[in-house]
Amino acid sequence: MATSPNQPPQLPEVDISRLERSLRKPRALLSILLSGTVTIMTFMALVPLISVIFMLFYRGASKLTWENFTALPPTVSEDGGGFGNALIGTIVMVGIAGLISVPFGIMSAIFLSELGPTSKIAKVVRFCAKVLSGFPSILAGVFTYGAVVLVTGGFSAYAGGVALSILMLPVVMLTAEEAIRMVPRKMKEASIGMGATQTQTLWHVTLPTALPGILTGVMLSVARAAGETAPLLFTALFSNYWLYSEFNGLQLNDATASMAVLIYNFSSSPIDNQKEMAWSASLVLVLGVLVTNLIGKSLSRGGPTR
Amino acid sequence: MDQYKKSPISRPPTLREIVTDLVFRYTCLAFAWLTIAVMCYIVFEITWKAGPAIQEYGFGFLTSQTWDPNTKEFGILPEIWGTLYSSTLALLIGSLFGVSVAVFLSEGYLGNFVFQVLKLFGVQFHRFWGKMPAAAETALKNLVELLAAIPSVVYGLWGIFVVIPLMRDSCNWLYENMGWFPLFGTRFEGTGMLPASFVLAIMILPTISAISRDALVAVPPKLREASYGLGATRWETILSVILPTASGGIFGGVVLAFGRALGETMALAMLVGNVNTIKVSLFSPANTLAALLANNFQEAGSDEMKVGVLMYAGLVLMAITLGVNVIGALILQRATAGLKGLN
Repeated sequence: MATSPNQPPQLPEVDISRLERSLRKPRALLSILLSGTVTIMTFMALVPLISVIFMLFYRGASKLTWENFTALPPTVSEDGGGFGNALIGTIVMVGIAGLISVPFGIMSAIFLSELGPTSKIAKVVRFCAKVLSGFPSILAGVFTYGAVVLVTGGFSAYAGGVALSILMLPVVMLTAEEAIRMVPRKMKEASIGMGATQTQTLWHVTLPTALPGILTGVMLSVARAAGETAPLLFTALFSNYWLYSEFNGLQLNDATASMAVLIYNFSSSPIDNQKEMAWSASLVLVLGVLVTNLIGKSLSRGGPTR
Repeated sequence: MDQYKKSPISRPPTLREIVTDLVFRYTCLAFAWLTIAVMCYIVFEITWKAGPAIQEYGFGFLTSQTWDPNTKEFGILPEIWGTLYSSTLALLIGSLFGVSVAVFLSEGYLGNFVFQVLKLFGVQFHRFWGKMPAAAETALKNLVELLAAIPSVVYGLWGIFVVIPLMRDSCNWLYENMGWFPLFGTRFEGTGMLPASFVLAIMILPTISAISRDALVAVPPKLREASYGLGATRWETILSVILPTASGGIFGGVVLAFGRALGETMALAMLVGNVNTIKVSLFSPANTLAALLANNFQEAGSDEMKVGVLMYAGLVLMAITLGVNVIGALILQRATAGLKGLN
């Protein structure tokens, strides 16, 4: 092997030192300078996040008591108080929104990914979903005001739920579509080969496999809806009372409190107690939203959908 | 034939199975159609309710500057100006930082740094440590995306209590010493254009960085290698090869972020000041379409004209944001399609 006749002629030795770039050349210096700039800017971009979370703990955590979760919002002259009704209101309205948007989104996603992925309708639907996902949240409120509040004659938890569901729908739909699409084709083919109908394949093979991905979409949409304020300002308004009272029963037909609107109302209040309440409510809301978000993202990791 | 039907291994689907199959498929189709219907209904509803106001005020609504419920004079020119001005300003800050983050994350700076540190300790060959660079990048990417998860009302609260006090002194110094410059032409009273745009920039940064990063990662490695092979430095490669190749995707992301900034409500309603003026100064209070809606809708009641006027403003906002979003989505679609040929 050493003396192969086909061996190419020896190349002249390359001077390795000539291949190195001198750091004093302007080109290299510019490169290093820009690299440094980008690094600094990236870490500067994280400063607001750290600042927000620090301020939330600094101003919110010290005043956070158990009473916050069980009491009604304080009036002007009151001490203490809490945001119990707002917490329940947010959960109820996000629940109503989920009941509307989750089945709707998943059924549409099944159509988009399985039944007619390349059809003309699918393209239009996908486009609509993308447009809806960039839809300003306040316009969802404006629409619901016209379509629900004016028709039913008053602010209600239902109206808030409808407004939130418009914002949740595209998130659920697009994530679920992606998750269902990721299910290996061989699994579906095996099921069809066993003699199952398309619906049986979907119910017993595709959807269970895609479940983590679909749940991711649901969690992300819940996290988004829980923090939305603008559409609730004039669909659910705000209320200083519990959603359920012994005299009137469950009042879903009435104005309903929510965490986000409480923060908005109290943020510009001149009273210190209410300002502190806004910070404590923000801490609870942000922790809830971040945890939901993280659970959602970790669900899709490691599953067959990835 | 008869034997085939009774086979324990296979049988044709029963009537019930065929019917459920058909019903389920058509239900899915119906829901898909319903999505389109919902979209159309939203546009129709807002336009319909804005009808009386459109007839009453016509196009003068867009160019008039007064908003006075007592004399029933309504115009939204200051709001349109404020919306566009704050979004543009936010876009300038947000895209600069967003693209920087995207470059930092996609060019392997962090991964390289972690790798070098690990190499220093001689642990780079272990399978577990070998995954560290990628893990560090994912962690940073997720951290930046957490910025998007924080509700905008919390950003508003943070802006009121942190950003405005921080800005007050330096802004007033700028006004006193450089007041002749139009951008610094008014005294900083607290709420105003600058804090609003600043917070807005933070809110759109994750959108820009996520979409730009996707576009940068999609650039074929061959192009990068070829550029390095010609002797280009890292930044010559980035500036003259990678960014131009990914520019379609980055531009699409920037346009989508612009659409988001135009429609953003709470942070602006809390920080922008809600004053109907048209001023170039960064420190003067202003108003935006979304903030106008947020502040006035509660009191509209069932007064048809008042609701109509607000619906008209909503229609204008919808026209602007939908237009921008559709353009952004189309650019992104075209950009990803264009990159497919290179791979």
